[in-house]
Amino acid sequence: MSDFKDAGHLFRFAGLFVLAFVVFLVVRHYIVPKSFGQYGHYRGAAIGEIAAHPVRYAGHDTCEACHTDVVDKKSKGKHAHVNCEACHGAQAQHAGADDPSTVKPVLLDTSILCARCHTTSAAKPKGFPQVVPADHSNGMPCNSCHQPHNPGMDAPTVDAPAKAPGGVK
Amino acid sequence: MNMNRRQILILLPAAAIAWKSVLAGTPQESPNYKMTDHWWGMLIDIPKCIGCGNCVRACQTENDVPDGNFRTWVERYHVSDWEMKNPQDIMINPLTAPEVISPDGGKEGFPVTTNESGKYFFVPKMCNHCADSPCTQVCPVGATFVAPDGVVLVDQKYCLGCAYCVQACPYGCRYIHSEKKVADKCTLCYHRITKGLTTACCEACPTGARQLIDLKNPKDPIHEFLKTHSVQVLKPQMATGAKVLYNDLDGSVR
Amino acid sequence: MNGVEGFMYPNEYGLQWSVLIVLYPFITGLVAGAFILASLVRIFRVQTIEPTYRLALLTALSFLLVAPLPLQLHLGHPERSPEMYFTPHSTSAMAMFGYIYLWYLMAVLVLEIWLDYRREIVLLSLSSTGPLRLVYRIMTLGSSNISPRSLAIDDRVGWIVTLIGIPSAFLLHGYVGFIFGSIKANPWWSSPLMPVVFIFSAMVSGIAAVMLLYMAVTKLRKLTIDVHCVDSIAMYLFYIFIIDFSLEMLDLVHRIYEADESFRSLNFLVHTQLYIPHIVIQICLGTLTPLILLFITQVVKLPEIVRKRIYAVSGSLALIGIFAMRWNVVIGGQLFSKSFLGYTTYKMTLITREGLLVAIFLTLLPLLFLWALVKLLPPWPENSAHAPAAGD
Repeated sequence: MSDFKDAGHLFRFAGLFVLAFVVFLVVRHYIVPKSFGQYGHYRGAAIGEIAAHPVRYAGHDTCEACHTDVVDKKSKGKHAHVNCEACHGAQAQHAGADDPSTVKPVLLDTSILCARCHTTSAAKPKGFPQVVPADHSNGMPCNSCHQPHNPGMDAPTVDAPAKAPGGVK
Repeated sequence: MNMNRRQILILLPAAAIAWKSVLAGTPQESPNYKMTDHWWGMLIDIPKCIGCGNCVRACQTENDVPDGNFRTWVERYHVSDWEMKNPQDIMINPLTAPEVISPDGGKEGFPVTTNESGKYFFVPKMCNHCADSPCTQVCPVGATFVAPDGVVLVDQKYCLGCAYCVQACPYGCRYIHSEKKVADKCTLCYHRITKGLTTACCEACPTGARQLIDLKNPKDPIHEFLKTHSVQVLKPQMATGAKVLYNDLDGSVR
Repeated sequence: MNGVEGFMYPNEYGLQWSVLIVLYPFITGLVAGAFILASLVRIFRVQTIEPTYRLALLTALSFLLVAPLPLQLHLGHPERSPEMYFTPHSTSAMAMFGYIYLWYLMAVLVLEIWLDYRREIVLLSLSSTGPLRLVYRIMTLGSSNISPRSLAIDDRVGWIVTLIGIPSAFLLHGYVGFIFGSIKANPWWSSPLMPVVFIFSAMVSGIAAVMLLYMAVTKLRKLTIDVHCVDSIAMYLFYIFIIDFSLEMLDLVHRIYEADESFRSLNFLVHTQLYIPHIVIQICLGTLTPLILLFITQVVKLPEIVRKRIYAVSGSLALIGIFAMRWNVVIGGQLFSKSFLGYTTYKMTLITREGLLVAIFLTLLPLLFLWALVKLLPPWPENSAHAPAAGD
């Protein structure tokens, strides 16, 4: 037993380790978030938090639920598959407002908007409709001749401003 | 490919109900969404991309991405013709030396070019939501992970900002958020797809070059598409299990 | 987009890991290397090096105490770093840091130092006055047993701790090499050789550092340097340096020979931006020159004074070379685009949290700690009043 007496200091050192370990386990129990490990090595609650991020783009189905007249017009032309917010920007505020007419989308400047896609460049796919704006329209806004919802030249031209649809949800 | 419409018409009533409370700012679990029913990815159709940059702007708007950071971006490739510069030079393989630009990530589109030589195409890029993701492998604390529905997400309340995941991503899709000082990247608009909406980039794309796909859904048009088209992923040699599929991807794409 | 050449993915323009992340492997390398030198005495019974034994341990401890600081300063959220202890991710090499560090600090270094110094600690706890007396008393852990039997037990246990300490030291620094070597996304880093190269270059830097510190401290104490001691250290430095150099050359030759898709881009980088840090500083100045100088001392019989001068120069150049190696790995690995089509530049800031001034401070801080430790636990039997640590 004299061995143990002479090694007493070692047991004290080891004792420090054991104490630290116990404290660590206790602290860990309280600190680690409860949902950690729920689905894998991460905080399960994070999934719900990320899913709760606010939505800014309403999605074309929401627009089309009310603006059926535009849907009719658009479906007949080349822009049938161009979603509303691709041109009109994020409209969740407008769609989700109690009275959407109080959150009016800004009327767009076609000379800037249309040029983004349709300016001629050797880089664009060859079959894609492109023009050199200066040569094509000589500075006139695109909607002088083209109706953006149905841009073909055979469709009716300048359109009345968007009407508030009947039967708002 | 209007597959979004088919899916959404089924889920629209639920989405509409969820709509108001989301806009009112109350976080809530998405109703009717079961993670194990889905395995998300994206299809990018290269011949359809016109480099308009709508997707980059839409993503920034939807997700509050700071300037200088990019959750998605578009690259423009110019693969020149094979030609001898000097008679004594060997030919440089243009496939290995494409000219690539991405001005501000393509956010405001690309400068007009009149150079008719070689070929040009646009490559939208984003997080590939890898099934065998190297970025989640290296996270020291479990702040980034592959969710059960296949989306790679970052827990911004848990992330230390060590940037190890940024180093480990072969595609350069991650960054440290300049304000929050944590890792950030494309979330596949998780807050939208769990409510039956499509991602902001797909919503804004005017040509249908970007399409959300759900590989676990047997009715998703992607299954038919894969049978009839040649589809690749970026850097297949990295074996990351990338789930962003590119139609008609050129060999010069890095 | 200033400083960017060619094409880089838009998120790649700015570097993620700064000079502080260069400093961290340099510091842990010094720790591991100093400890290996100490283990040469304790395990392999190289008696000629005995005068540096305690100094090597204290050096290792000084640098180990500073090691977490560059990491904490780099994190976006340093207050969350305890998460590495509470939820370490088992697939991440970086997650090992917390536990390896703690293990090495407490179960190896502190334990060994404590066991080796325990007799002096107990005596000092009885003889010293003032607040220092309390410090020594705490360090005795309440036991004043310094009987021959207890000291013999200390010696035996210390030997086992040193033995375990050798692989622990390899782990402490090798895992850093693995952090880089396991990243398949980065071809400059990804290599199975990386942990091995890190370990051997760590040994070079640690041995060189202890040798220089011993020479400097002895001079400051106005004593003569034990020439057999430094001869012996220099010999080990030389042979380990050869192994380190061979490994690095193997990586280089293999890379040039296989010339995979990343080669053209990396080759360009080494010939332009990395030319001075890599070719000039790391290879020529920091490796070849000290190797040649040390080789001369090994084959030609030179007078003592010349040998000591050569050792001092070689040791200093070696330290510079090993720091340059860390720089070229960490910074160099972030200067090229993963598209292999472009490059960026590292704009090191001066006074920010991760700037040059902080880096210099963190390099000097361990010397301050060493000074304090040498005062607290004098490595030499005379218990001299002044034995300040110094740079070179």
